[in-house]
Amino acid sequence: MIEVKNITKTFGVYKAVDNISFTVRDGETIVFLGSSGSGKTTLLKMINRLLEPDSGEILIDGRSIVDQQVEDLRRKIGYVFQNNGLFPHYTIEENIGTVPRLLRWDRQRIARRTTTLMEKLQLLPEQYRAAYPRELSGGQQQRVGIARALAADPPILLMDEPFGALDPITRSHVRKDFKELDELRSKTIVLVTHDIQEAFELADRILLMDKGKIVQQGTPDELLFNPQGDYVRQFLQEQRFQLEAERIAPGDYPSLIRAFDHFKTRES
Amino acid sequence: MQQQSGKLLQQTIQHIGLTFISLLIAVLIGLPLGIYITRNKKMAGIVLGIAGILQTIPSIALLGFMIPLLGIGPVPAITALFLYALLPVIRNTYEGINGVDAGVREAAIAMGMTPLQRLFRVELVLAFPVIMAGIRTATVINVGVGTLAAYIAAGGLGEFIFGGIALNNTNMILAGAIPAALLAILLDFLLSLVQHTGSRGRRRAIVLLPVALLVFSSFYVLPIGYGSRLLAGFTPEFMGRRDGDIGLRSVYGLRIRTVVISDAVMYKAIYNHKLDVISGYSTDGRLKAYDLVVLDDDKKIFPPYYAAPVIRKEVLEKYPELTPVLNKLAGRINDSIMTLLNYQAEYLNRPPEQIAREFLVAQGLYRTPRAGDKGVVVLGSKIFPEQYILTDMYALLIRGYTDLRVESKTGLGGTKICFEALIHGQIDMYPEYTGTALLAILQPPPDLAGRLATSRDSVYAYVSRRFDEVYGLTWLDPIGFNNAYALMMRRAQARQFGIRTITDLTNYLKKER
Repeated sequence: MIEVKNITKTFGVYKAVDNISFTVRDGETIVFLGSSGSGKTTLLKMINRLLEPDSGEILIDGRSIVDQQVEDLRRKIGYVFQNNGLFPHYTIEENIGTVPRLLRWDRQRIARRTTTLMEKLQLLPEQYRAAYPRELSGGQQQRVGIARALAADPPILLMDEPFGALDPITRSHVRKDFKELDELRSKTIVLVTHDIQEAFELADRILLMDKGKIVQQGTPDELLFNPQGDYVRQFLQEQRFQLEAERIAPGDYPSLIRAFDHFKTRES
Repeated sequence: MQQQSGKLLQQTIQHIGLTFISLLIAVLIGLPLGIYITRNKKMAGIVLGIAGILQTIPSIALLGFMIPLLGIGPVPAITALFLYALLPVIRNTYEGINGVDAGVREAAIAMGMTPLQRLFRVELVLAFPVIMAGIRTATVINVGVGTLAAYIAAGGLGEFIFGGIALNNTNMILAGAIPAALLAILLDFLLSLVQHTGSRGRRRAIVLLPVALLVFSSFYVLPIGYGSRLLAGFTPEFMGRRDGDIGLRSVYGLRIRTVVISDAVMYKAIYNHKLDVISGYSTDGRLKAYDLVVLDDDKKIFPPYYAAPVIRKEVLEKYPELTPVLNKLAGRINDSIMTLLNYQAEYLNRPPEQIAREFLVAQGLYRTPRAGDKGVVVLGSKIFPEQYILTDMYALLIRGYTDLRVESKTGLGGTKICFEALIHGQIDMYPEYTGTALLAILQPPPDLAGRLATSRDSVYAYVSRRFDEVYGLTWLDPIGFNNAYALMMRRAQARQFGIRTITDLTNYLKKER
C-alpha cells in the first residue's frame, strides 16, 4: 500500500504538486491523468525519490520511504520510462538483468528470469538476447523497458507515459500485451498518462490532475457518469461517446441509443 | 652508424617512456578531476580555466619556468608534459560524462544504482569514446612537446633533432623527426582502435589501459652512460661533433655520465650543482658570471676558433683605406677580455654599442665620426652578443677613421645565413671564426681537418687561402681571442679535485672507479 500525505513540490515559484494526498491499495492500478504541466510526472517521481518533496510524506506498507537506503527502495520499485531509458551499451539481456545484478542474484537465475520475461513480452530470446537496444524497433524497445522494470519482481511498478512515444498501432499492440501479462495481477501499478483512452482502459482508479491538484479521483465509471465540476466534464468531453459506448455490454442496444442521443443533444 | 642506430632505439624508448609517464600522471589526476567537476559544476569553470591557461603557455617557456623550480632532467620534463596533457584529459572527461543522455542517467538512478555504480557501469562506459579522444590528443601533444625534453637533459628523440639543427645536418634532424612523427601516428592509431571498441571491449579496456600505461611508462630509464660521480651536460651539437663528445671519447678516453642539454640552461645548471662538467664556448660571458674555469685541451681536439673579419675582395679594392682601419683591432682582444665584454652584454644586459664604444675609448682607438659620404659599407653579424659587440666596434672605427658610411645588418641567424649574404653581396663583411669556416663551410676531408686543427696558424692559413680562391673573400688579421669549444667546471670543484686539463679529468674519473 502506498500512502501519499500532503505532498507539495515547487520548482522555483511554480507549484508543480500542491498539497496532494491519496492512497493506492495493494494490487490496484491507479492512473494519474492530466494534460502536460498538471504535475502528474512530478508526483510519480517522488514515489521512488527521483525527486524529493518540499513537504509531506510518502509511506509504502506503512514505512516512510525516507527511512530506508534510497537504492534499496528503488530496487523494490519497477520503473518504466516514456523513452524507454535503456542502457545503450548493454545488450537486451543485460538491460533486463540490471536490477537482479544489483541485487546479486546468481547468473543462472538471472538468465532464467530474462528468458521468461522476453517470452512473455513477445521478444524472441534467441534472436534478441545479445542484441543492443538500437537494433530494435520502438515498440520492442518499450517491451524491453517493461521487462527490465519487472525483472526483480518488484511489488510496485511506476510507469511514466509508457506507451506515449509509440505510434498508435504499435501502442495498441504493446498495451494489449501489457494488459494480458500475468505478472501484473498482483502488482500495485501507478501509471502516468495524458491519454484518456489509455487511462480508462487500464485504470482501476483515476486521479484526474490539473495545476498540481487532484480535480477528481475515482473509478472510470465515476468520472464518466458522475463528473465533479466543469473541468472534468470538459476534459472528457471529446471522447465521452466512445468511452460510454465501450462501457455498454454487447447487444444492449437501448443503452447504446440512449448514449448516442445523449451525445447528439450535447453536440447541438 | 651502428652506434647511432643503437642511440636511436634508446632515444625512441626514452621518448615513449616520457610520453607515457606524463600521460599516466595526467590520467590519474585529470580523470578524477574531470569527474569531480561534473558533480560540482561551480568548480568546472575554474578547473577548466586553469588547465586552459597552462595549455597556452609556450612549451619552451614552460620548460624554462620548470628549471628554477625543479632543476633539470626528467622531473621538470615530465611535469611540463603532464601539465600539457592535463587539459584534454579533464575537458574530455567532463564533456564525455555531461554528454551522457539525461534519460539514461535517470534510468540508472531509478534502477537503484549507487552513485559509484552509476559512474563505473554507465557514465564512464558511455563517455569512454570521448575520454579516449582526449587521451589521444594528450598523447600526440606529448610526443611532440616531448622532443623539447632534450633541452633540459631528459633525453628523447629531441637529442637528434636539436643536434641536427645545430650542426646543419638534415639526416640527423630526420633521424629524430621521423621516428617522432611515426610514434605520434602509431600511438594515435592504436588508441583510436581502443576508442572505437564496442561496449564489451570498453569494459576490458577500462581495466587494461592503466596497465598498458604503466608498462610503457617503465620504458623510461634515465639517460645514463657510465656510473661516474661527476655528471656532464653537453649540447646536442657537441654530442654529434668530432671535435666534441666523439673526440673526447676517442682521443682522451673520457668516460663520464652524460646528459644532453640546451646551452641556454647548461650554465645555470652547472652553477646550481646539477651538472659538474659542461661543453661551452671559451669566451662566453657566463664563464665569469658563474665562476667557471675552462679545462685545458692538452691533446688539442678542439680546433681553434680565432675570430677575424671576413670581407669581400671588391670592397677592399674599392676602399683600400679599410684594411688598416679594420686591422686596428687585431691582437687587441684576448680570451679574457672577450669574456669580460660578453659578460657585460649577456649578464649585465648592457647594450653592445655602449660596450664597444667604452672599449675603444679605453684602448685609445675611439675617434668622433667624420660623417663622410664617400660610400657605404654593409656590416653583418650572427645572432649572439659577441658578434654584435665586434660589429659595433668595426662600425665605430670605420666612421671615425674613414669617410665611409656604415649600414648594419645584425642578427643574421647562424653561419649559413651570414655566409650566403656575404657571397651574394648583401653584406660586405662579418666576423667569422677559423674553426667554423673550416668545419662548417669548407668541410675538408676528416684527416686533413684533423691535421690542420692542431695549430692556430695552419687553420688560419688554410681558410684564408681557400676563401680567397673559392669565394673571392679576404680574411683580415685575427682579433686575438679563440672562441673555441671548451670543457668547463666550477672553479671550486676543479681546484678541490686538482683538475686543470681534460687529461686530469679523465684520470680523475678513472681513479674514482
